[in-house]
Amino acid sequence: MRRDFVAKTLAETTQAIENALFARRFAGARGFLQILDPRVKLVTFLALLIVTAFVQRIEVLAGFYILTLVLGLSARLPMGFFIKRVWVFIPIFTGVIALPALFNVFTPGRSLFVVYRFAEPHQFGPFFIPAVIAVTYQGLYSAGLLVMRVATSVSLAVLLVLTTEWVSLLKAMSVLKVPEVVILILAMTYRYIFLFLRVVQDMFLARKSRLITHSNFHERRRWTAARIGVLVGKSYKLSNDVHLAMLSRGWTGRPRLMEKFRLSSWDWIWTGMVCMLITFWLWLR
Amino acid sequence: MNKTPVFKLSSVTYRYLNQTPGLSDISMQIHSGQAIVVLGANGSGKSTLLKILDGLYFPQKGDIRAYDVRLTEKSLQDTDFSRDFRRRVGLVFQDPDVQLFLPTVKDELSFAPLQMGLAQEAVARRVAQAFELLGIAALADRAPYHLSEGEKKKVALAAALTLDPEVWLLDEPTASLDPRTQSWVIDFLLQLSEQGKTLVIATHDLEIAHLVAHKCYVLGEDHRLLREGSPQAVLDDQELLVQANLIHSHRHYHPSGATHKHPHRH
Repeated sequence: MRRDFVAKTLAETTQAIENALFARRFAGARGFLQILDPRVKLVTFLALLIVTAFVQRIEVLAGFYILTLVLGLSARLPMGFFIKRVWVFIPIFTGVIALPALFNVFTPGRSLFVVYRFAEPHQFGPFFIPAVIAVTYQGLYSAGLLVMRVATSVSLAVLLVLTTEWVSLLKAMSVLKVPEVVILILAMTYRYIFLFLRVVQDMFLARKSRLITHSNFHERRRWTAARIGVLVGKSYKLSNDVHLAMLSRGWTGRPRLMEKFRLSSWDWIWTGMVCMLITFWLWLR
Repeated sequence: MNKTPVFKLSSVTYRYLNQTPGLSDISMQIHSGQAIVVLGANGSGKSTLLKILDGLYFPQKGDIRAYDVRLTEKSLQDTDFSRDFRRRVGLVFQDPDVQLFLPTVKDELSFAPLQMGLAQEAVARRVAQAFELLGIAALADRAPYHLSEGEKKKVALAAALTLDPEVWLLDEPTASLDPRTQSWVIDFLLQLSEQGKTLVIATHDLEIAHLVAHKCYVLGEDHRLLREGSPQAVLDDQELLVQANLIHSHRHYHPSGATHKHPHRH
């Protein structure tokens, strides 16, 4: 049976909560990345992301990608889940961007194989279409470079997020000089997203439990718009109440957060490895 | 007992948005070490009263004094007084989701002492003590949305405990809890009272008044004070309890098989 958008919203709300709970399990696993100090992890992964953005050789990027797989294994992530999480969106987003670069229309160069032959070349305003449309070696290399760069970057980001508690990651942002008040706002937002996800889920379930026949599109749209209004009202009231609770517990406008980070020898080893890798890349250049 | 009351309210009136009545003409005195139970039906103004006592709302008419200082927005803008007042008075909200606004239980417990300017080591010690006292150490790294209602209530109490306030303001502390947790909360309140803490408990649970209260105040549905007195005097006054919508008559089933109708206390 085809699901309407209300049913889809319900399913996806549930999925969002389940995903968050599922992903949290990895952050608590006893893997290599999980024992690293979140501040060290944040800074070193950012460094690796920057390097990945500047690498111009596909074999180096492939090496970096293999490194992310090794790190995924050392973090005890289920590899199928990890690889799927990275690659499922790449054909959709990056593939669309990379696809035109394959052809000699956009990337001239040595032809690998011909895709189509026109009777004669065409000129559409500023665009020139040659008589022979072909995939070029240079185009394939550019597209491969882009896809590998995105895959490696996404893998690094996914590794960081999956192996670190969100709260620790947010607190670790202080090392990047992010103001504590911003960190507190983000942390509170993260906490209340789940409360509102449950509220949304309950609203959709309450509707589903009382629905006897199929509702039409206009009714569903009207109902959803009304629920959005209710949710805004609820969040406004909650924000007032939370502010009172903060005042009651001594909030003065200057946040102070508990720091529990401590560097271990593994942090130094990991930082040393990343520094060596970056030095090696610089030497290769 | 100290002669200067902790709180002194004189003809306090509060209206939401200056229109909807919250409290009307309330006068009361709360002394150190007393266990006060404020009884009233839903919407009678119990929560509003606690927020006024905690310096979160300010009455449009009348006067409230805490530790002999008039509680106003201006007096609470004084950093020294505000810090002292917040350290001495703790409020446990009815809805733990309002009070527990941080991502983990450990963050919750450390929030207030950190705001008071305590050093990280001292805060860590207080948090560890609270965990041990309430037996919730296993919840330390859990997020509030992963907790049951009973666990949330314990965390909310622990979050207040880390400041060790002299005065505990508790809004419906046993609402929405299973019987075992209700009993645990009542034992916890009795321990606080035995330690000499001042308790102000807003509830419509007459059991708490019976077990914990030294003195009761009854708020009517018109937001006015109906009666003040000893728990015995208040709980024995059936007419008063019916008038305050704290007991009612209804038909119900007994295990003997008989079904009949008489006033009930829930």
